[in-house]
Amino acid sequence: MTGNEAIAEGAIQAGCTFYAGYPITPQNELIAYMAAHLQDRGGIFIQAESEIAAINMVYGAAACGVRVMTSSSSPGISLKQEGISYIAGSQLPAVIVNIMRGGPGLGNICPAQSDYFQATRGGGHGDYYCIVLAPASVQESFDLMRTAFELADKYRNPVMILGDGMLGQMMEPILAKGEGHMAYGNHKPYAISHKPKPWALTGCKGRKPNIVRSLYMAEGDLEKSNLKLQKKYKAIQAKEERWEEILVNDAEVVLVAYGSMARIAKAAVKSLRSKGKKIGLIRPITLWPFPNKIFWRLAVNGKRLTFLVIEMSYGQMIEDVRLALEGKAQVEFLGRSGGGIPTEEEIINKVREFADNNLTNSRTRELK
Amino acid sequence: MKKIYCHPKSLRNVSTHYCPGCGHGIAQKLVAEVVDELGIREKVIAIAPVGCAVVAYDYWDFDCSEAAHGRALAVATAIKRVRPQNIVFTYQGDGDLAAIGANETIHAANRGENLSVIFINNAVYGMTGGQMAPTTLLNQKTATTPKGRDAKFHGYPLKISEMLAVSPGVKYIERTSLHSPQEIIKTKKAIKQAFLNQIEGVGFSLVEVLSPCPTYWGMPPKSALEWIRDVMAKEFPLGRIK
Repeated sequence: MTGNEAIAEGAIQAGCTFYAGYPITPQNELIAYMAAHLQDRGGIFIQAESEIAAINMVYGAAACGVRVMTSSSSPGISLKQEGISYIAGSQLPAVIVNIMRGGPGLGNICPAQSDYFQATRGGGHGDYYCIVLAPASVQESFDLMRTAFELADKYRNPVMILGDGMLGQMMEPILAKGEGHMAYGNHKPYAISHKPKPWALTGCKGRKPNIVRSLYMAEGDLEKSNLKLQKKYKAIQAKEERWEEILVNDAEVVLVAYGSMARIAKAAVKSLRSKGKKIGLIRPITLWPFPNKIFWRLAVNGKRLTFLVIEMSYGQMIEDVRLALEGKAQVEFLGRSGGGIPTEEEIINKVREFADNNLTNSRTRELK
Repeated sequence: MKKIYCHPKSLRNVSTHYCPGCGHGIAQKLVAEVVDELGIREKVIAIAPVGCAVVAYDYWDFDCSEAAHGRALAVATAIKRVRPQNIVFTYQGDGDLAAIGANETIHAANRGENLSVIFINNAVYGMTGGQMAPTTLLNQKTATTPKGRDAKFHGYPLKISEMLAVSPGVKYIERTSLHSPQEIIKTKKAIKQAFLNQIEGVGFSLVEVLSPCPTYWGMPPKSALEWIRDVMAKEFPLGRIK
């Protein structure tokens, strides 16, 4: 199964009953899988006339209280941002999949991670956040869908799955039946809950009318509503940070990478460990909330530590790593974009380079 | 004694924010009366537009959703597909339905979604201060056509109802007006037909309502009604389109 198909199957098994999408490479296997399977399994599939229509269909279906999803890739996700802002403002649960490609503009269809800022800073207008999950394998793409829908319902908030073209197109065998949903890092899998949604639009039989809205014109009303959102975001930050850590406890160098990039980083860790280097990896699974706790834990244990952030972008997640560390450790960066992917060899060379630079620097100081 | 008229149950007993002489209050009351007469208040889900009528849910007393500007028919499509047992309608202005939302309008209509659409055409953007709408008449002065709409620069009044009528997905379109009591009665009848069509599963139904905006037409309410009759209805002829 491809990553795109695993996301679709994971969504259906997590109870997604409404999907609207618009074709865009490299996520076309996802919309095709939904077209082939969702209707037959009791759901609703719509090929929308645009990404804008698709996200607004998702808004409408979410307002009725069913589990809903749309998917796209970078330029299409930009088009959806207004709708995502409305979903966040109206406190509706929805899942949005971004299988990132190269940008800016039409860019290309190669894998990229250059939408990190957009995904983790809300993306559209207004003060809001999406919960952002970054799977690193086809199995995890399947498994995280249940988490995504549960988090969306629990917090009445949009959840974004942030993958890339490599993950979407890659084929791997997966366990996709019953309790195939596995744990990753500090994250336990969710059971599917179907809590009632008394706020949903169903017709006002036997109750007062429900209104789905994000407009608050009266003085002070919007601020009150925004403060409610902020309270929710604080609760999410406190409870939902997820990450995977590999060999970090004795490490002197810690690589930081997410999604597909983390797999290449993991190979570099393995290779350098075999040569006796004390190196580890942090793989953020939630990009928002960013897993600050693990960084802080490592940064304050008194050891001299260097973090190397590796991204398929020219440096976006690195800002969150720096914020998490609050200047308590050295942060290095390796990134390529526009179709370039940092290789295992480049990572190893980079580790050597800054280790050597440190050496050179201390010698220079001695000479002075 | 038999009670033959009262305040509609589906309309909250509050004052509206509309300008004197505006057509929205009348149109929304007609919708409420139709919903009451068909006994569907508890089944209705309305989608309010962005524009002057955005807070229609403060006036109607049934389930309602906002939609982003122009996207009401995308939102309505999803709601009706998820809850076919409900009666779903959009209430949209000319800017919302025929400019920014033209794509959503055309495609929902062409998919033949079983929806009812109330399209308020007042030839101007009201909420933002009277700018040119796609339906603004030639020579009509607006905030963005200070010398009047000139076909050379601004194109022509868009007849979206006629455009939609060519799609086999569209089952019913009628253009009505609010400029006289007789026309108001006809408008109510058309709105009722659009709802009945949905109840019977006929398919996409739209009522275009020519509606006065004295504030941004720069005339007293009475003249606005006459302007619909004498000018606007010449460009947008009343009657059944499909």
